Amino acid sequence: MSRIKEFNLPDLGEGLTEGEILAWLVKVGDTIELNQPIVEVETAKAAVEIPAKWAGQVQAIFHPEGSTVEVGTPIIAIDTDPGAGPVEQSTTGAPTTDLPAPSAASLAAVEVAPTEGAVEPGLIGGPAPGGRTAVLVGYGPRTTAAKRRPRKDTTPAAAAPAAPVPAAPVQVGPARVVPAPVQPTSVPTVNGNGRSSGPVLAKPPVRKLAKDLGVDLGTLTGSGPSGSITREDVQRAAAPAAAEPVAVTTSASSAASFGADREQRIPVKGVRKLTAENMSRSAFTAPHVTEFLTVDVTRAMKALDRLRGRREWRDVRVSPLLLVAKAVLLAVRRHPLVNSSWAGDEIVVKEYVNLGIAAATERGLIVPNIKDAGRLTLRELADAMTDLVQTAKAGKTSPADMSGGTLTITNVGVFGVDTGTPILPPGESAILAFGAVREQPWVHKGKVKPRLVTTLGLSFDHRIIDGELGSKFLRDVGDFLADPEAALLAWT
Amino acid sequence: MAKGDPGAPARGRRAAPRSRKATTGDPELVQLLTPSGERIESVTGPDGTEYRVDFTDEEYRGLYRDLVLVRKLDAEATALQRQGELGIWASLLGQEAAQVGSGRALRTQDMAFPTYREHGVLYCRGIDPIMPLGLFRGVDQGGWDPNEFKFNMYTIVIGAQTLHATGYAMGVAMDGKTGTDDGEAVIAYFGDGATSQGDVNEAFVWAGVFNSPLVFFCQNNQYAISEPLERQTRIPLYRRAAGFGFPGVRVDGNDVLATYAVTRHALDNARHGQGPSLIEAYTYRMGAHTTSDDPTRYRIASEVEAWQAKDPIARMKAFLEREKIADAGFFTEVDEQARREAVDLRERVLAMPNPEPDTMFDHVYPNGSPLLDEQRAQFSRYLESFEGSAH
Repeated sequence: MSRIKEFNLPDLGEGLTEGEILAWLVKVGDTIELNQPIVEVETAKAAVEIPAKWAGQVQAIFHPEGSTVEVGTPIIAIDTDPGAGPVEQSTTGAPTTDLPAPSAASLAAVEVAPTEGAVEPGLIGGPAPGGRTAVLVGYGPRTTAAKRRPRKDTTPAAAAPAAPVPAAPVQVGPARVVPAPVQPTSVPTVNGNGRSSGPVLAKPPVRKLAKDLGVDLGTLTGSGPSGSITREDVQRAAAPAAAEPVAVTTSASSAASFGADREQRIPVKGVRKLTAENMSRSAFTAPHVTEFLTVDVTRAMKALDRLRGRREWRDVRVSPLLLVAKAVLLAVRRHPLVNSSWAGDEIVVKEYVNLGIAAATERGLIVPNIKDAGRLTLRELADAMTDLVQTAKAGKTSPADMSGGTLTITNVGVFGVDTGTPILPPGESAILAFGAVREQPWVHKGKVKPRLVTTLGLSFDHRIIDGELGSKFLRDVGDFLADPEAALLAWT
Repeated sequence: MAKGDPGAPARGRRAAPRSRKATTGDPELVQLLTPSGERIESVTGPDGTEYRVDFTDEEYRGLYRDLVLVRKLDAEATALQRQGELGIWASLLGQEAAQVGSGRALRTQDMAFPTYREHGVLYCRGIDPIMPLGLFRGVDQGGWDPNEFKFNMYTIVIGAQTLHATGYAMGVAMDGKTGTDDGEAVIAYFGDGATSQGDVNEAFVWAGVFNSPLVFFCQNNQYAISEPLERQTRIPLYRRAAGFGFPGVRVDGNDVLATYAVTRHALDNARHGQGPSLIEAYTYRMGAHTTSDDPTRYRIASEVEAWQAKDPIARMKAFLEREKIADAGFFTEVDEQARREAVDLRERVLAMPNPEPDTMFDHVYPNGSPLLDEQRAQFSRYLESFEGSAH
């Protein structure tokens, strides 16, 4: 170990985080003895003198009197062998007003527990055997940035938490459906569509702040211990967006401000960046096929009206989308392979349906999903959808709500268009676009009549789903919407 | 070393004055060595007991050595806490005489129940002074074997140990180990703040009613953390004993000789089957309650200075010098020994290994337990599931 030793401010009283330097009792150049009082520090609990941990000569003092110092920060450097000649990096004789910085190595040692063997075992702040850090004494919780050691056995359930596909083997075929576990919902990816960039390190209050400010933690580079994202990082990321006259949203109609070159440059970040990454990844990895089907949904709309008229449904928000969701869930039951994902050398078919609903929000496009929607009754589904939409509009959708989706509906009809060719969320193999429901001339019982008509657009991953299966699935969704009661009677 | 031995050598003693009360002006305080180091031949307690000690010069020097060593090791532990090497430390500064005097009065067979501040008593019991530092460093549970040293483990809960001691003392009596010179006595340490605890009062009741061989040794250091004595009692603490039916005495807790005499007398009474007694060792906590405390927030400097003048070590040194029991070489040698032991303590503390995680299952039951064995096996498997063999 170097003869220059830096002394870090310890936790002087059971869980303190900082202390104020009241007075230095020594100055640079002083020769000091072991346990000689060197500094007076006031904490939230007490004003105390700290005795020198080593004998030697004061090499540097890092903080002036009156400054508040975090526990674990170096406050003084002591040359423990001043008789051995000059030190290489000459800070000797530096006046206390010219405060030098502690060595990077020392600061690093504060932030992250050093690797085993780097410090004598048993020293506080040093490693305990096995990479743990002694936290009961010494510098308190600051040293707990020690990383967790990896586990030996990586069972499928525990493997790659952020990967979109649980590696459950499955034979491709309609008869064999292997249930796969629901993905851990605690994975802190901001978008659930299978971002696999690994967990983002940030403390809960910082995550909350990021959510409140609409900052995507995954796009930030952390400046905190172990690369964790700090409050400042989030605020810095949020500041320019807030300062700019145009918020980065999908709302293209926002009043844009153009520069002299009549061009506006919008930084790509947050939800926009994430959406861009996901969409281009999906578009250029999964071979998309899109099919359309135009359906007379008059009966379905009447059924909805009857539903609304029922006493027990009086307070429930009932929308056409609810019936589309029900149609999709029932069709999935008949064609399980549609609810699957591509895992390279195998296809993972899921018994559970985490039904994604694409939602346009002020923050941009987000796709929260209803977990295990296939098990819900229609009423439960209606409640879940209402809840999901309200949460999304309030900007309170949690990362867990957005992760693990298996099949998605995008309701482009609310924008007044007929249909589209949606792009698959990464990791999903089918997405249904639900167009506007319009009164149109339609041949009904041999006569042209004004009927309520909509167009469905289904994109699917041709690696998994061939035209036949995709068509059957879309046909089933259409059949349900054309005559929900008959479909229910026939299928369930 | 027995009291009241007229045949002891006269050297080291003042020309014997008449027996008289202490010179502090407080007739209720048993004192054999004044703050200025004047030796008082003997003193009569409130119940008529005459207290005196007759030590050889070697024994006097031994007591002084104990006091200095105990203070130095305590100071080293405080420094280690300030340097981030201990989580917390409860300093005994100022209470050395009360602890060494009572600790040395214990016979080998006597059992002691300490609080968390009895580092001096622990030292006198022959326990390695590093033991409590393991506890406060968080690397062990302070797990010395109470039976081996006849010194129970530190008790953090205020006053709880007085009940443990009472139960233990009742057991001693039931085992028929009292009634002779070789009988066993028990001593329970606690502070002035603890006297407000229900536990302590219950212990008084039980020990009194069962005539247990127990000495309640209260170190009245004037503060229950920040609460002064007048917030604990309206009468001198030792007089509480009368209400519970056993004798009480107040001794100058900064006087190692008087503390020794009073404690030895009380222990001998206990071991002979004459029941419990309460000793109030009147002393002062010179330092903070613990390293997390700042006493300047609740007491004034002049009070501390007044007690500084009653320092237990200074008066012993003055006595040894005045009576020429020790010379400068002796004091230098003691200081050097203290320094060496402190350095040794520091080095050993810094080298203390962290405990193996599964040692938490040790010593839970004397003969093991199937449930716990299962848990230990489970825990071991869990630990082994991590990469890297060490944990």
